[in-house]
Amino acid sequence: MNEIALLIAATLASGTTLAMAGLGLLLNEKAGVLNLGAEGMMLVGALAGFGAAYASGNDWVAFAAGAAAGAVMAMVFGVLVIWLNTNQYATGLALTLFGGGLSAFVGTNFAGKTLGDRGSVGIPGLMDVPFLGPALFRQHPMTYIAIALMFALGWFLYRSRSGLVLRGVGESPESAHALGYRVRWIRLGAVMAGGALCGIAGAYLSVVRAPLWVEGVTAGSGWIALALTTFATWRPARVLLGAYLFGGVTMLQFYLQGEGVEIASQLLAMLPYLSTIVVLALISRNPTWIRINMPASLGRPFHPGS
Amino acid sequence: MFVERKRALMKAAALSALAIAALAGCSKKEEAAPAAAAPAASAAAAPKADPVKVAFVYIWTAGDAGWTFAHDLGRKEVEAEFGDKVKTTIVEKVPEGADAERVIRDLAAQGNKIIFATSFGYMEPMLKVASEFPDVKFEHATGYKTAPNMGIYDSKFYEPAYMAGIVAGKMTKTNTLGFVGSFPIPEVLRNINAFTLGAQSVNPKVKTKVVWVSTWSDPPKEGDAAQSLINGGADVLLQNTDSTAVLQTAEKNGKYAFGWDSDMSAFAAKAHLGSAVANWGGYYKQAVKSVMDGTWKTDRTVWGVKEGMNDFIKPAEAVPADIKAKIEEIKAGMKAGTFEVFTGPIVDSTGKERLAKDAKADQEWKDKVDFYVKGVEGKIPSAK
Repeated sequence: MNEIALLIAATLASGTTLAMAGLGLLLNEKAGVLNLGAEGMMLVGALAGFGAAYASGNDWVAFAAGAAAGAVMAMVFGVLVIWLNTNQYATGLALTLFGGGLSAFVGTNFAGKTLGDRGSVGIPGLMDVPFLGPALFRQHPMTYIAIALMFALGWFLYRSRSGLVLRGVGESPESAHALGYRVRWIRLGAVMAGGALCGIAGAYLSVVRAPLWVEGVTAGSGWIALALTTFATWRPARVLLGAYLFGGVTMLQFYLQGEGVEIASQLLAMLPYLSTIVVLALISRNPTWIRINMPASLGRPFHPGS
Repeated sequence: MFVERKRALMKAAALSALAIAALAGCSKKEEAAPAAAAPAASAAAAPKADPVKVAFVYIWTAGDAGWTFAHDLGRKEVEAEFGDKVKTTIVEKVPEGADAERVIRDLAAQGNKIIFATSFGYMEPMLKVASEFPDVKFEHATGYKTAPNMGIYDSKFYEPAYMAGIVAGKMTKTNTLGFVGSFPIPEVLRNINAFTLGAQSVNPKVKTKVVWVSTWSDPPKEGDAAQSLINGGADVLLQNTDSTAVLQTAEKNGKYAFGWDSDMSAFAAKAHLGSAVANWGGYYKQAVKSVMDGTWKTDRTVWGVKEGMNDFIKPAEAVPADIKAKIEEIKAGMKAGTFEVFTGPIVDSTGKERLAKDAKADQEWKDKVDFYVKGVEGKIPSAK
């Protein structure tokens, strides 16, 4: 029983990175901009977060630094893609390379540094409840923020006026423009907010999960988050489901290996990817559902007055 | 007019994005062929004193505080010893495979007289390049193929792994040890077995759980693997992967672990029980000297505690004095050549006897280790 509680706890911790990054990319893509630079933004956020945590000893300063770094990177991308209409895919890839190289270069001073004792985390009172306590309530606050963010984003996108405008921009920027909305500024805002969330995801990885800085510490999480958002058909709750599924199956396969289960470890290593793809594809297989949820102008440039 | 200005802006933006992407690329130091920008400058224009050019190919960065860090310390020893009689070059983060071939060929073409490749997966690429450059000496770490101008060198990590096992056997309260393994190759299996044998020598009830992460370095994954071992009851961990994540996860959970490849005592105040290290400097200095003297010949060099290549350092305060004394005794035995980690009887996890009583394993036996000793749980996944 205790082992299941620990498995749940490990799932929540490990899924938060993907969840944060996935929600950030969701915001991006709902506005119609496809940002393939997720990995680069996460790496820069991870470095900024680690550096800030090292200098200040405070997690929240670290997350703020990560968010700022991610937002700045996203802003560069945004200006290139939204105002200068460069190809979104190519620019996103360039952003990934740039983020990787920049973080590696600036980060050489931080490799091999430690952050010191982190102390224990959890919600006081709730964390000692039998089974549910260790399972759900001993997480870093960022895990709960990610869950709250999912609800907030869901409310924002589907229940608020601004969210409607954002979705409108993503579906048909020409119509939004005709109605008088400043499409490019809205898109830039979405891109920067998405970048900030990716930066926070990276900072969470390097400050809470690892916690260390080494070149390439995100090890592909940015790409996984990108795929996750697409497979989750741009719905916040499904992004979170996919993130936790991925994290959970990863921990499960380690657990199975540790118990001596006789399946080749390479097959077990494939399991997180396979299961997430299969589950998400199955629950979103209705073509109408996909058409409704996919932002129609995703990846296409917008020229006002063309 | 507006359109023209926009076009000029786009051109400028595209050019700068291209330049940035070219600069970012994969990180390299000194001359090496990059993707877009200016090609590598002239290779060996002979300077006055004609220093011997020595190159190192690393699998990751020297900042990983692990495997590559240890090799880089060795390289720095070479520089300290030979001063301006040598010129060292490093190329970091070279993936194993076709990329490695390109990098090694490039280094050979640039006039490096001896090239060290520090990972198992560089074996085939290096062999191929060695046949094209008969005057350049190639040295491959942890491999098993040689050529007239290619030698191999290796360390006996199983010796400090055994000593770590002794400490672990004493310090464990649950009698369950954990091991985070990279790939199920003989080198790693030797370490798992040595760790278990060492622990069983002071605590016969010990068992070891193994989790494979299929990578040499991926800190979040290593941390997750360590966490799952701890969740499964292990309270002392050892690893064969390169980062400090396992040690830090142990610290977070109030368990014990060891440093691996280099001294990791600074990373965990309470969890660190000792570090199993390799000191590559001695071998590097010898190899470079032999190239300078012209006495280099292809060989397979496997050094351990005896030659100063391996060590188990910084045992923690918490380790009892009698265990520390036992470790010193074993080190002395290794240095004298009388103590062999793999001494029979050794029985594997299926019950089959692999080494008879009192027999000492030879190099061939050690190279072919493909089993778990009794006490290690699970089955070995088929190797890479």
